[in-house]
Amino acid sequence: MNIYVIMKRTFDTEEKIVIENGQISDEGVEFIINPYDEYAIEEAIRLRDDNGGEVTVVSIGDEEVEKELRTALAMGADKAVLINNEDIEDSDQFTTASLLAAYFEDKEYDLILGGNVSNDNSTGQVGPRLAEQLDIPYVTTITKFELDGEKVTIERDVEGDVEVIETSLPLLVTAQQGLNDPRYPSLPGIMKAKKKPLEEIDYDDLDIDEDEIEAKTETVEIFLPPKKEAGKILEGELDEQVQELVKLLRQEAKVI
Amino acid sequence: MARKVLVFAEVRENELRNVSFEALAAAKDIAAGGEVIGVVAGESVSGLAETLFHYGADRVITVENEKLKAYTNDGYSQAYLQVIDSVQPDAILMGHTAQGKDISPKLASKLSSGLISDATGIEIDGEDVIFTRPIYSGKAFEKKKVKEGLIFATIRPNNISVLEKDESRSGEVVNEDVEIKDLRTIVKEVVRKSTSGVDLSEAKVIVAGGRGVKSSEGFEPLNELAEVLGAAVGASRGACDADYCDYSLQIGQTGKVVTPDLYIACGISGAIQHLAGMSNSKVIVAINKDPEANIFNVADYGIVGDLFEVVPMLTEEFKKVLQTN
Repeated sequence: MNIYVIMKRTFDTEEKIVIENGQISDEGVEFIINPYDEYAIEEAIRLRDDNGGEVTVVSIGDEEVEKELRTALAMGADKAVLINNEDIEDSDQFTTASLLAAYFEDKEYDLILGGNVSNDNSTGQVGPRLAEQLDIPYVTTITKFELDGEKVTIERDVEGDVEVIETSLPLLVTAQQGLNDPRYPSLPGIMKAKKKPLEEIDYDDLDIDEDEIEAKTETVEIFLPPKKEAGKILEGELDEQVQELVKLLRQEAKVI
Repeated sequence: MARKVLVFAEVRENELRNVSFEALAAAKDIAAGGEVIGVVAGESVSGLAETLFHYGADRVITVENEKLKAYTNDGYSQAYLQVIDSVQPDAILMGHTAQGKDISPKLASKLSSGLISDATGIEIDGEDVIFTRPIYSGKAFEKKKVKEGLIFATIRPNNISVLEKDESRSGEVVNEDVEIKDLRTIVKEVVRKSTSGVDLSEAKVIVAGGRGVKSSEGFEPLNELAEVLGAAVGASRGACDADYCDYSLQIGQTGKVVTPDLYIACGISGAIQHLAGMSNSKVIVAINKDPEANIFNVADYGIVGDLFEVVPMLTEEFKKVLQTN
């Protein structure tokens, strides 16, 4: 079984955001594998262990992404691919999906997994866009994946409800929290990862023109939300505080 | 510049979702004197057309097909693309809901267009339509526009005001016949798990619990308060990781990002990853034993105390005042 995972390197969820010269600063920032992509990697490894085959993790970015790709290899993926996009100036989700589609063009794949959103841009577009470009079906926000030959049964989270889906390979799915508990890389895993293949591809090597993949959208401005002022801590006996709170919510804040 | 704006409305349990009315209001701004066209698709949906007029649609297209009984991106995208092809809109809007998130990238890809996901605000600046959207789960925001051609965006529930309902409005309803080829994904079953029936992303009031609730039974007083307020119940990552509740309730940078009118945080310390998911709520109430808890830094009102004492008192007080009205 040929299993691929599309992975993004993102800011650690505990990072604060600093804007410098109109851009988000990554100085001193800790990076991680996008948490939703970790579920995808874990699921891919488990499926390979049960069904045989190979897991390849693909990411787009600069050389820094090698670190997260090595982590994925240490978790148990077999191969990693970095598509270097440093030379592409104008990029959005359309660009990313198109680069990936160009990469997958000559590949044999049974299943492609990704996270349902990244925790930075959170558009959730890249997976579905890629599936559409490859003309394969996709299922988003999955919490359970079962394979029986070519037949696939999936549970997906739909705003708290569970939808049971039947479909077949080849397929693209995006992971939701609850799909599994991603493993930590073991020490032997980390040692082995150093020897596993990590291929770097320049986008020039793909059959694609920069003009064709130019972003369709543009960011006009980035800003921080207004800082919230500390509110009112109520005082007095507890029952008085509760009465006061209800009164404030009704008369001052007018939300009830 | 007058535009033709298509709004794909969404149906949940035979009713139109509020975010669809919000999308109609946004569409009216973008249309700038042009036409707002509401589209509703399903197995049997013609009864819902009138309501779309009441909230701002100038024309309504219904799409009825047995293959649209359950939502699948495969089936709905075929139907939507046929409508888009016959209308040739300048802009498309839909809610940033589970369905909207799932289907919009597929449509954008087919149409070879840009897509601005999860917009919380819209400005018209001359010929440009500029959308505001949160990034890093609301730790920052960006303003974004489509460079040229079709304007396509999904809007986050609870951020754009609906137009006042006008029951005197009406108009032409056209039923569009669509052909839907075999579906590659089939919905076998939907298991309803959301207990209160109020979806977190659209809820006006949310009562959320953290590690301080101590157990799954500890959510009971929160459920009771939520019931009185017609609120949805959410949780912090701490509570989910500790298995006090299902991950589908998680609010935060991993989990759901919510912007209700009122957010009542009970026994939640206020980790950055949780604040990212809720700090843009209009009014925040924090109830926590620890006066130093970070949650008090974003709260509008705080009570320092044990949630197991405070929450039931709050439930009783709300019962009292809501009954007398």
